[in-house]
Amino acid sequence: MAFGTTSSSHKSKHLAQSAAFFIFRLLSFSVVAILLVILGFILVQGISVISWEFLTEMPREGMTEGGIFPALVGTLCLVAGSMLFAFPIGILSGIYIHEYAKDSWFKRFVKLMTNNLAGVPSIVFGLFGMTLFVNQFGFGDSILAGSLTLGLLALPVVIRTTEESLKAIDDSFRIGSLALGATKWQTVSRVVLPMAFPNIITGLILSIGRVSGETAPILFTVAAYFLPKLPTSIFDQVMALPYHLYVISTSGTNIEASRAMAYGTAFVLILIVLLANLLANWLRRYFGKKVKMN
Amino acid sequence: MKRYFHNLGEKLIEGLITISGTVTSITVLLIVFFLFKEGLGIFSQSPVAEGSVIAVHQNNPVKELKAAEVKEIFDQNITNWKEVGGPNAPIKLFSIDDITDYYTEEQIGANFEHLPQRLNELVAQEPNMLAFFPEEYLAKDFKGHRIELANVSLGDFLLGRQWYPTIQPAVQLGVLSLILGTLWVSLGAILIALPLGLASAIYLAEIANPKVRNILKPVIELLAGIPSVVYGFFGLVVIVPLIQDVFGLPVGETALAGSIVLGIMALPTIISVSEDAMRTTPRAMKEASLALGANKWQTIYKVIIPYSISGISTAAILGIGRAIGETMAVLMVTGNASVIPHTFLEPVRTIPATIAAELGEAPQGGIHYQALFALGCILFLMTLAINLTVDFVSAKKKENR
Repeated sequence: MAFGTTSSSHKSKHLAQSAAFFIFRLLSFSVVAILLVILGFILVQGISVISWEFLTEMPREGMTEGGIFPALVGTLCLVAGSMLFAFPIGILSGIYIHEYAKDSWFKRFVKLMTNNLAGVPSIVFGLFGMTLFVNQFGFGDSILAGSLTLGLLALPVVIRTTEESLKAIDDSFRIGSLALGATKWQTVSRVVLPMAFPNIITGLILSIGRVSGETAPILFTVAAYFLPKLPTSIFDQVMALPYHLYVISTSGTNIEASRAMAYGTAFVLILIVLLANLLANWLRRYFGKKVKMN
Repeated sequence: MKRYFHNLGEKLIEGLITISGTVTSITVLLIVFFLFKEGLGIFSQSPVAEGSVIAVHQNNPVKELKAAEVKEIFDQNITNWKEVGGPNAPIKLFSIDDITDYYTEEQIGANFEHLPQRLNELVAQEPNMLAFFPEEYLAKDFKGHRIELANVSLGDFLLGRQWYPTIQPAVQLGVLSLILGTLWVSLGAILIALPLGLASAIYLAEIANPKVRNILKPVIELLAGIPSVVYGFFGLVVIVPLIQDVFGLPVGETALAGSIVLGIMALPTIISVSEDAMRTTPRAMKEASLALGANKWQTIYKVIIPYSISGISTAAILGIGRAIGETMAVLMVTGNASVIPHTFLEPVRTIPATIAAELGEAPQGGIHYQALFALGCILFLMTLAINLTVDFVSAKKKENR
């Protein structure tokens, strides 16, 4: 009899496990399904809009015809500008936190502040960029102001990536290098950084994808509603892809007529993110193999 | 000599690295400084619409009104002076467009050159009049007295239900509906994202084989990478019409649409943070549970989930933080009506969406502009509280080990 009860409880135990695992699997795959629906929808609707003209012409007829060339160029400028600012400072900052800082209240403070900066909403970056760069420094609505704002937004990501990559390097390498008489900077620059480089670069590429799609920080620092010409200096306003998508899908002169343009713009934005992710994954695999071969 | 330069270079580099290390801290401090510097200005500005005058007869005992009272009076919800502390007499409203009811065009003058004098006479004649007119028409020897509006107090600002930042004659800057709107949409988002995200995290951490993991991980990374404006666009063209059809609503732009979009956007955060937390469960604990005869599922909900509960709550809090601060997607799908939400099927307006939509039109330095910065302060404090909670929870976790 006793045997019978264990067997039935065993059975129900097994049943509960199967049911739970089935639900988990179902929910996990529904996350994949959500992504596929979003990607599929925008890629399918957008692909027919994409053409050479779409990518290289100015918008016309109240942004219902023509292309997205100025917005594309604007976004490239902003990404380049923000990365020029965020990469060096972010990487050095990551090195400071992981390699140089002694375990003190100051290091804890810096880490806390970096975490807090990562949590600051993007619209607050926009407010801040407007007061400091646009008004206080007098840059006006310009590529410079927008790039700096976006760079600050990307900074915590770059720092965290660097920190994580440095953490993955075993201490024995540092000790070995120092024991051979190398200075701290020699150790960092010739031993630790080259080893951490693949992971750092992967993180940086992903952060490029993020920055290219940010809208709220550029609303009041650089983005132009409609400006069918290319920038000539870093003090010019530019159009930008994400803001352009927002404009033509919500407040353009003729929303219905510009739907096709909106699908095309969304397609290009998704494509940038997809390419950044693919490249990052490819690099990860490429460097991963190389490291193993050593 | 060479050694000396070597040391100098080393010191220089260390200095440069240290300076870079402080950039984030300086940025946070500067954000706080500028946000609060602009935002706190709202409490020292008069809520009278810029360049306008509100005036009464010189014998009227009412000297000061609240912005909310002025709006009630002009909406004719308050019609008697005694309701605002004056004599028992009906309030006679006057705004500049009514001038032709009292005077002919000739009396006013072709270029309004006599207008200040006429306004002066009018206010002096009518003891029960509340007049509202542009400051440029205020006569030098004005006989009535100007009503001062009480400055916005912190209580009015946080608990006021009316957000009409550009209304005449007195702006209404109550942000309660915006705060509640933000929390409401975020609550909905987390209700959608938490079950889905936790299930995926458990699946990824404990159930899935490496092959499936290798597919799922990049998918989640990609979800995190899609720009918020694209989520907003997708919400606008797919989710909003869907909600409109399913629930038979006049408009599909609702809190629910915002919650769904934000829920999807919060998923990657929730999944990766709680998965990491589950992975830190010591192998010995899992194996002990299995060795005692528990099966995998029992081990998950009796050992792994209790062990990683602080990590899971961190994930939920971070997810809420992401939802609270999100701007563009919400702006595009929630309809942006500043009312206190009661259901998920009505439009709401959040703090970030308000800032994004209105800052471009608010004159710099005006009370509307400063009110938007004050909203930014509230948003900043909300996310700061969330970050500090997360830090606290994870510090506590380390201590317990």
